[in-house]
Amino acid sequence: MITVFERPKSLTSAKTHYCPGCTHGIIHRLVAEVIDELGVREKTIGVSPVGCSVLAYNYFNLDMQQAAHGRAPAVATGIKRVNRDKIVFTYQGDGDLASIGTAEIIHAAARGENFTTIFVNNAIYGMTGGQMAPTTLLEQVSQTSPQGRDPSLQGYPIRMSEMLATIEGAAFIARVSVHNPQEVSKAKKTIKKAFELQQAGRGFTLVEVLSTCPTNWGLTPREALKWLADKMIPVYPLGVKKTLEGGEI
Amino acid sequence: MGKVLMKGNEALGEAAVRAGCRYFFGYPITPQNEIPHYLAKRLPEVGGVFVQAESEIAAINMVYGAAGSGARVMTSSSGPGISLKQEGISYIAGAELPCVIVNMQRGGPGLGGIQPAQSDYFQAVKGGGHGDYRLLVLAPATIQEMVDLMGKAFDLADEYRNPVMILGDGILGQMMEAVELPPEDLSFKIPSKPWATTGAKGRTPNIINSLYLDPLELEKHNLHLRNKYEQMRKESMGETYKTEDAELVLVGYGSAARVAKAVVDQGRARGLKVGLFRPITLFPFPKDDLQKACCQARHVITVEMSLGQLIEDVRYNLEFKVPVHYCGRVGGMIPTTRDILAKIEALTNLQGEGEEV
Repeated sequence: MITVFERPKSLTSAKTHYCPGCTHGIIHRLVAEVIDELGVREKTIGVSPVGCSVLAYNYFNLDMQQAAHGRAPAVATGIKRVNRDKIVFTYQGDGDLASIGTAEIIHAAARGENFTTIFVNNAIYGMTGGQMAPTTLLEQVSQTSPQGRDPSLQGYPIRMSEMLATIEGAAFIARVSVHNPQEVSKAKKTIKKAFELQQAGRGFTLVEVLSTCPTNWGLTPREALKWLADKMIPVYPLGVKKTLEGGEI
Repeated sequence: MGKVLMKGNEALGEAAVRAGCRYFFGYPITPQNEIPHYLAKRLPEVGGVFVQAESEIAAINMVYGAAGSGARVMTSSSGPGISLKQEGISYIAGAELPCVIVNMQRGGPGLGGIQPAQSDYFQAVKGGGHGDYRLLVLAPATIQEMVDLMGKAFDLADEYRNPVMILGDGILGQMMEAVELPPEDLSFKIPSKPWATTGAKGRTPNIINSLYLDPLELEKHNLHLRNKYEQMRKESMGETYKTEDAELVLVGYGSAARVAKAVVDQGRARGLKVGLFRPITLFPFPKDDLQKACCQARHVITVEMSLGQLIEDVRYNLEFKVPVHYCGRVGGMIPTTRDILAKIEALTNLQGEGEEV
């Protein structure tokens, strides 16, 4: 019998707690496939955040540390400074990275810490029940912006990748999406690039992945994918925001 | 090796290096700045790493990551900065990671001041952050003791997989004394930590975590931690000074105990039967030693640079059998021998009149 599809070694067999239609599962798989392909599973340490992916340490078949809310880049700094020859990554959502953890991510980038951040942006707080995130779009309804996000009351969405791209210590910053197979494939290549740059010791790398939250957006999984493409991408344009090497992936 | 004259903060930094500490993460705050100044120069000389973090919050989380990776790691701060670190300290205690945290106390609350105080006693010995946990808390009174306790702090942290706090104050950090440092042994190997995240090579993954969503599991974890804190009791340490026949025992730690010690000598010169008990571990509190030191005491006075924090533990550990009084100064002021002697004399004059002071 020929095996045509199997679970990456870097994922455990645990069933995830993610909602139907949530794209965390795809993103987990992409990260795991990249780690497998680079042959670094036994030398990789991951950091899970607080938020929907808090239990990522159960899903990645890797050494993992669970960090306090927003502090994953600081925890990863401690890990990488001790394990200089290992691969270290953080996996963070938008509440974690773009709100409570803005200081930590900006300064990890500024120090050029040699780890990779996978930043999952779904424009809402998922785990706590659909509150407004710093990345929530204008007019988007959430539990804490029930009339839709009004800039005069709740300010504007933050474009973290564009902001981080201005930092000298950042080696590679890119935004990808996983709303269709072509973009999933691009996302994987981009994540691989970030890990390769880390292997080469180039400094801080981050891949922002636009993701869906059908449950808290109040949409079906299929509608959610369309909403991501139609509403999120215009606000959060895809592409490489910064690379020390120049050019596209 | 002979003695060298060193500033407290610098001696502490050197003692940490000699105890095998290779990682320091911190953020500037007075009066502990000479610790990071010293280690910024010193750690790279021994292949170590010094990082000035963007905040105390980030610093303590870097400590979490490094401790979880098996390193000997420390951070230092003072009052307001230690408050910011509490989130991370709670996670470190929950995830059972070994590390050393130094608090060179200053006056509070809020921004308070920058002069020495002991006002973070409750914060240090009762947990400090959220959740049921304890730190091992060591309270040196001299720079030599601070140096000697540094190695012990790292050993205890590793043994119990628990954060250890060195609770100093601005005086101990800033003053200079002659100290004998432990020998520098560059071949020193820190204990192996098979639980650390170093990459899951040929083994199942190691996970550093403090999350237990199942309440039964969390309760089990809480009880395991409590059991560990009970085990720590055997580490309790205290110093007694002229307590054998003491009818009045002063109790104080750190810098306040130095003043109290001088009072014992002055009181004895006046014919007063005064002694001193100085807890060296504040958690665990040296209950048995305290009780022994106070077995003849008619009165106990706590000498503290806080508004009656130590006194609560002294009363509790003496099981309310002896009247315990307070004598202290706060806000960066230091109790004088005169203040304490006056308190003693007031109590002594009242003896037999059945009056409570």
